[in-house]
Amino acid sequence: MTVDRRKFLGLTGGGGVLALCAGTGLLPRLAAALTSPLAAGDTRKPFEASTLDAVIKAFGGAASQASGDIDLRAPEIAENGAVVPIEITSKLPGTKLIAIVSEKNPHALSAAFHIPEGTEAWISTRVKIAETSNVVALVQTDKGFFHAERLVKVTLGGCGG
Amino acid sequence: MADPMKIRAALNGDVVEVKALMAHPMETGLRKGSDGKLVPAHYIETVKVACNGREVLSADWGPAVSKNPFLALRFKGGKAGDKVSITWTDSAGESRTDEVAIG
Repeated sequence: MTVDRRKFLGLTGGGGVLALCAGTGLLPRLAAALTSPLAAGDTRKPFEASTLDAVIKAFGGAASQASGDIDLRAPEIAENGAVVPIEITSKLPGTKLIAIVSEKNPHALSAAFHIPEGTEAWISTRVKIAETSNVVALVQTDKGFFHAERLVKVTLGGCGG
Repeated sequence: MADPMKIRAALNGDVVEVKALMAHPMETGLRKGSDGKLVPAHYIETVKVACNGREVLSADWGPAVSKNPFLALRFKGGKAGDKVSITWTDSAGESRTDEVAIG
């Protein structure tokens, strides 16, 4: 069962990368089929991306700078990849978006939080992480995109449930 | 109808800290059930948090948010007795709203 799930995840991940390299446009359709029939409009688009760069592009940015003003708290070793607590604090002025990105997941973007004025640039939640990988806290301010990353070792994958 | 959310909103100085636990399977669509078939994707896509009608957070989620999602946030401008309401809408078009008074 576990081996089958691994293979399945590997296949889907690998297929996505191939499609992207070939530029066939298969990936967005595949991702759209995997998400919901309701998935439409710009807010769902970043979820189709499979890399951090593609996520940033889907949010309308070009590139992201590493920043020491983003505090990303995640466990070094996650025994259960299905429930990984993530806490992100951004000290960057004008933070309007905080996103959690795991590049080795079937969909790179896990969650995006829009922060209006008056709300602290702090978020705490739990996400699934498919395999050991860097978790990225992506922050958008008026000045562009910034990120911080942290390696999370997963001993039991999270996307198979 | 999904089970109610557990929400707590506490005032610390001038900051309101909200903690919420939602009841939702958050199926990715990639998991196989006991019959060996894929379980269809079913997950929360949007979450909106408001305080007395003023939006204090809006979130877009993918299937990678954990089952029975936990969410915490902090905002300013709330006072004891104000109503904090949370609404989620999932990929099947279902939604649920719960509210709690700031304590």
